[in-house]
Amino acid sequence: MRSDLPLFPVAASAEAREVDLLFLATVLLSIFFASLITALLIGFAIKYRRRPKDKPPAPIHGSIVLEILWMVIPLFLALTVFVWGADVYFQLSRPPDDTVTVNVVGKRWMWKLQHPSGRREINELHVPLGTAVRLNMTSEDVIHSFYVPAFRVKADVLPGRYTTTWFRATRPGRYHLFCAEYCGTQHSGMIGWVEVMEPEAFQAWLAGGVGEIPMAAAGERLFNDLGCTTCHSPGSGARGPLLDKLYSSSVKLQTGERVPADDAYLRESILYPAAKVTFGYQPVMPTFRGLVNEEGILELIEFLKSRSAAGVEGEAPVAVPPPAAPQGKRPTP
Amino acid sequence: MSEHSTGTNYLNSGYGVRSWLLTVDHKRIALLYLGSVTLMFMLGGIFAALIRLELLTPMGDFFQADTYNKIFTLHGIVMVFFFLIPGIPAVLGNFLIPMMIGARDLAFPRINLLSWYLYTIGALFTLYNIVVGGVDTGWTFYTPYSSSYTSTNIVPVALGIFISGFSSILTGLNFIVTIHKMRAPGLTWFRLPLFIWAHYAYSIIVILGTPVIAITIVMLALERVFRLGFFDPALGGDPVLFQHFFWFYSHPAVYIMILPAMGVINEIVTCFSRKRIFGYSFVAASSLTIALLGFLVWGHHMFVSSQSVFAGLVFSVLSFLVAIPSAVKVFNWTATLYKGSISFQTPMLYVFGFLGLFTIGGLTGLMLASLGIDVHVHDTYFIVAHFHYIMVGGTVMGYLGGLHFWWPKISGRMYPEWWGRLSALIIFVGFNLTFFPQFIVGYLGMPRRYHAYPPEFQVLNVMSTAGASILGVGYLIPLVYLIWSMRYGKVAPANPFGASGLEWQTPSPPPTENFATPPVVTEEAYAYDKIPVPEHRAYAG
Repeated sequence: MRSDLPLFPVAASAEAREVDLLFLATVLLSIFFASLITALLIGFAIKYRRRPKDKPPAPIHGSIVLEILWMVIPLFLALTVFVWGADVYFQLSRPPDDTVTVNVVGKRWMWKLQHPSGRREINELHVPLGTAVRLNMTSEDVIHSFYVPAFRVKADVLPGRYTTTWFRATRPGRYHLFCAEYCGTQHSGMIGWVEVMEPEAFQAWLAGGVGEIPMAAAGERLFNDLGCTTCHSPGSGARGPLLDKLYSSSVKLQTGERVPADDAYLRESILYPAAKVTFGYQPVMPTFRGLVNEEGILELIEFLKSRSAAGVEGEAPVAVPPPAAPQGKRPTP
Repeated sequence: MSEHSTGTNYLNSGYGVRSWLLTVDHKRIALLYLGSVTLMFMLGGIFAALIRLELLTPMGDFFQADTYNKIFTLHGIVMVFFFLIPGIPAVLGNFLIPMMIGARDLAFPRINLLSWYLYTIGALFTLYNIVVGGVDTGWTFYTPYSSSYTSTNIVPVALGIFISGFSSILTGLNFIVTIHKMRAPGLTWFRLPLFIWAHYAYSIIVILGTPVIAITIVMLALERVFRLGFFDPALGGDPVLFQHFFWFYSHPAVYIMILPAMGVINEIVTCFSRKRIFGYSFVAASSLTIALLGFLVWGHHMFVSSQSVFAGLVFSVLSFLVAIPSAVKVFNWTATLYKGSISFQTPMLYVFGFLGLFTIGGLTGLMLASLGIDVHVHDTYFIVAHFHYIMVGGTVMGYLGGLHFWWPKISGRMYPEWWGRLSALIIFVGFNLTFFPQFIVGYLGMPRRYHAYPPEFQVLNVMSTAGASILGVGYLIPLVYLIWSMRYGKVAPANPFGASGLEWQTPSPPPTENFATPPVVTEEAYAYDKIPVPEHRAYAG
């Protein structure tokens, strides 16, 4: 295949091959039906072309048998493709349990990415070969869409909520990263690269950041700087709930309802504290809108995650994989 | 005109601007639409040419990014809202529905004229928008970009679409009442030409769907101007809600565009094969099935929008179901040719083009309905290719086929057959060269609405641009010879193709009152077994 005229994209993940298999099967099915129709059209056009002194052809009103056949057979084939497509979709939308998370913030017109270790990237994403990578994504402004053709994955990146996608790269190399949802003037410039590296090289790269601290530690610093400890600490006179074991627990609200303390809940509680007030507390918390940006919120969440994983005594964080946030979880009720 | 007319007809019954701008004759209103719709098609075509010009090179060097974004936005808005949606119904539907059912006019002739004025006012708002700087949101107006971020003029163009929407609603209403109340004696529902069934289904969709886009546009304008928070999360809104509203109309709008074209195909395929339609009731019922199911599949535009997996499943399976009635139509049209007496005049060539291209458009639509594939190709050129196969390969082919078929009736003159066939062929070749490479470049991953693109996609884009040049020539030829034929074309008899419909039983061009004596119908549609086969025309110029 010539490099200046590619006809089929590189598949750099196992899921990409699944998508291609489904795609090629539907291509074959389409070629079959398109050829059938074309052959009939051309065949009839030649065989029944008008000749001099043609008599009016005898009318044919139709055939119930044929009508049923050409409804039922396509329906059966269509439902088969539906089930197959749904199966592939489940794989694409459900990350496995053993993922590492990379946080993604879309902004006109760049991708800002941060690894839990603190390493930041812009318009580049380095990932290790063979590891399942889950992307936890949000936007600072309009809707974007994170698209890596080589992995056949795409997910919209929305302001005001977290969305997820995942992939497991199986082939080292550099692959296009595109914004696929039109986002304004430099939409076509909101592009970058995903670099799939051998695991050792990736670890070396990950450790190579200068002056970067892990996201959880950055979150803790922010937690203190914003004055969160004034209320959310044991010595605060219990104005606010303690947050040590909060993440992924179930929170009882003033209304009596219970909600899971996931990323979306935490984000909402930082920006719109009155929306879901914990049972037994007064709605006295001020909003932090304008005081903390999306990346700061992600760091705060990472900090709360680490506290939850470490337990109240403040032990060293245990390597527990974070629970996958359900895709498209909305921050509002 | 007068040298061939034996008496007065709708064209020579009055002269001067007033006689046209204040007419309530459905045939004259159809011609007013023909003029406006053709102008808008040319405008949209110019934007298309500019898009293809920019994409000739990967660097984005011909226009500024902002300019390019406005160009593809206006291409979409003009083509969708001012050509494809009104096109066939407002021109051919307006002209033919009363004649096909043996009526003197539509049920509400004045409302019909009002529809044209609303359409024109809507179009003028859009033209005003272009003059004052354009709009850059894409024809889909996704929020919060459209409501809070873009600095371009959303409101005039939104108002234009809002107003022209009422034109569609009134036209749909007019058609439904006319078809119910004004059929000639003996013209029962199952004797109606399928063109009428298709327009009936079209009218149902228009009346149920258009108010939703109108409300959505109002909400968008309120958010943009008064900062009411419907869609922007910063104002407490939900950006995905907009997509639900938008596609609740805009998916059915696809059927608004294609159903009338399917109606045209029925009339042409029967006439040029001298056969009754195969499976009349199945073709008729499939139009209504499409109209109803078409309202239940909007979420297939949102498989990667953060919509839940369950919603994705439901919308996917319904999208597969809606393909069945379309497939039924294609099979029935093909079967209609069986044992026919087929001649290859220009309208029939457009039908062959339609059948081939619509089939490819429909089959690739099934790929897109399949969740696993859509995730990859959503918002790429694969989608762009798919819907152009439906909209251009389907609707425009149907429109041009219909325009040629009824041109003798409309103008009283024949179009030049040789030129007609040549341009149909050029359009078919140009179309495929333009849009087939886009399937490939789309599956490779090239996103749509990209001003600049990676260099490895260039060869396919150059092919596409070359095809677009051929397609442009193909469209210009009929524009020239149809205008030419109005004065210099051969004088058309009442029924040049030996067709069966009531519209052919009155002179060409028809008198203002359509029929000298109101017709009575005693037989089914497409009774071609009772009409002699016209002279051998298969290879004649």
